[in-house]
Amino acid sequence: MARTLFDKIWDAHVVERMEDGTCVLYIDRHLVHEVTSPQAFEGLRLAGRKVRRVDATIAVADHNVPTEDRSQGIAEPESRLQVDTLEENVAAFGVPYIPVTDTRQGIVHVIGPEQGISLPGMTIVCGDSHTSTHGALGALAFGIGTSEVEHVLATQTLLQKPAKNMLIRVDGTLPAGCVAKDIILAIIAKIGTAGGNGHVIEYAGEAIRALDMAGRMTICNMSIEAGARAGLVAPDETTFAYVKGRPYAPKGADFDRAVAYWKTLPSDEGAHYDKVVVLNAAEIIPQVSWGTSPEAVVPITGLVPDPAAEPNESRRAQMTQMLKYMDLAPGQKLAGTKIDVVFIGSCTNSRIEDLRAAAKVVEGRRVAETVRAMVVPGSGLVKQQAEKEGLDRIFREAGFEWREAGCSMCLGMNPDKLTPGQRCASTSNRNFEGRQGPGGRTHLLSPAMAAAAAVTGALTDVRELV
Amino acid sequence: MQKFTELTAIAAPLNIENVDTDKIIPARFLKTIKRSGLGVNLFSDMRYDSNGAEKPDFVLNQPQYRKAEILVAGENFGCGSSREHAPWALLDFGIRCVIAPSFADIFFNNCFKNGVLPVVLPKEICEQLMEDAKLGTNARLTVDLEKQIVLRPDGSQIPFQVEPFRKHCLLNGLDDIGLTMAHAPSIDSFETRRAQEESWRPSIHGV
Repeated sequence: MARTLFDKIWDAHVVERMEDGTCVLYIDRHLVHEVTSPQAFEGLRLAGRKVRRVDATIAVADHNVPTEDRSQGIAEPESRLQVDTLEENVAAFGVPYIPVTDTRQGIVHVIGPEQGISLPGMTIVCGDSHTSTHGALGALAFGIGTSEVEHVLATQTLLQKPAKNMLIRVDGTLPAGCVAKDIILAIIAKIGTAGGNGHVIEYAGEAIRALDMAGRMTICNMSIEAGARAGLVAPDETTFAYVKGRPYAPKGADFDRAVAYWKTLPSDEGAHYDKVVVLNAAEIIPQVSWGTSPEAVVPITGLVPDPAAEPNESRRAQMTQMLKYMDLAPGQKLAGTKIDVVFIGSCTNSRIEDLRAAAKVVEGRRVAETVRAMVVPGSGLVKQQAEKEGLDRIFREAGFEWREAGCSMCLGMNPDKLTPGQRCASTSNRNFEGRQGPGGRTHLLSPAMAAAAAVTGALTDVRELV
Repeated sequence: MQKFTELTAIAAPLNIENVDTDKIIPARFLKTIKRSGLGVNLFSDMRYDSNGAEKPDFVLNQPQYRKAEILVAGENFGCGSSREHAPWALLDFGIRCVIAPSFADIFFNNCFKNGVLPVVLPKEICEQLMEDAKLGTNARLTVDLEKQIVLRPDGSQIPFQVEPFRKHCLLNGLDDIGLTMAHAPSIDSFETRRAQEESWRPSIHGV
């Protein structure tokens, strides 16, 4: 029977299938961070269990780490406790760990692919919903809760039923000024934040094939914002070229054997999808969110929608609340809306390709006087590469803060936060109320769009600057 | 895990769609290394003003809903992050059951690991239950997991679906790590076979 990419990866990892269809699913890689693991390790300890496969597990601290000078450690006591607890746990259980001061430290979803720890065809989990990022490699990667973190630590498996298959095909070619972030925001605007519930999304089509790995990671990353647990892109020559030579990727003859296997993974002709969505890339315009849900997105050329035009009562109430929180008026033009903060970073958009795209817009310009702008590279290695290319100089000279790697202002768990009422142009993934700090207002957009907002002091169509 | 068998309790109406995990428990409260104690921060930004005082119109601040153990909510409840702190916070507050037209996948899954029952019912029925819940302490709902029914205050019964394996675990309060451990021989042979047939698969060593 013709199978999808998802079906093939799933089948290859079923240890046992139970009567009701629940499977014992083998997990190839378990990424662990400080926020969702302490209770899991505590559970192991209480039950006298050990980590079954330390050689399939890797830990790093990213959510709580300060992105300024780290030589003095973490000042905030609760954040420090969480990172200290992780360090005690990895030492006690023998789990490989990348310390906060290591150059390879960074956001778990940046360093997995970067180190070659995440590979095509694998099952990859982490106690973090944006684990979907790793699906860009053609791996089945999804977020799990802490009980499941404990379950994987103890058994290297999960009890799961297969998801349904959804195909999102993006045909055609992206216009100049548009990038992967615009594709995924346009997809979420179209299918909604529950559009992918119960499904794994496979992204296909000419526009997806044309993306580099960083772009594919941006798309798969936000699958969770579309309600799907995972997103996938079939591995191809772009994938193999990316993986080759990475520290933990197979080498020499093993790499060739791996590629031969990975080439069998793409969906078969005629494979069944439960849902199919088609977009035309040529119609995409740079996107920006206006509300407090990732589906509340319009093109930068668009207007803030009017709740009065929404027939559904609870949706109308939600829109009204969103506009109140965001301090926007129905019918208002989004372009020209003044912003206070620009954040370029997060597991969605902090890779070298993202920083290059932003730097290209920033070069030769200055951050607007009313704006605080920051760049937070996704890993120490991304930072190092950017410095080698002189991107840090472009950002610093323009007035950006140039920081150490971490989750930073994507979520208010470390010192980088919005203050109440501040409006932020952000390359992150969630614009929920209070996500970047209580009372903070988030506009999601691409790195180039964020750079454009920084230099003009307002939401701006980046196509006018390049 | 705490068993879930039958629950008769006050239901609180939370008629909002897409209640995300940052609403249920904002990120700043995730710095704990424990599972307990999160109830006080449940729905923090909806429940308290910037000075930490209760907002009187928020449903769980109203006298008749302070002891609610059931929540009736809008579509796509629990969307957003994978944080299990969301069901931990609900449970710590005293909520044992959430009824909604749909749930986000990871949240739904996390509930079952913590003795919290998420019940999916059609939108029209949730709207009726929402009306029941608006009767406050006068209207209790009964959720019977064994029989898979919700009993309304007027005595009518609404059947709901639940996966048999999940039901079994909830009814008996089973820890599924223990259940999976029983499959250890299969896991061993899976690993052995792969190590032989796919020796190219790398391990993480020497980090």
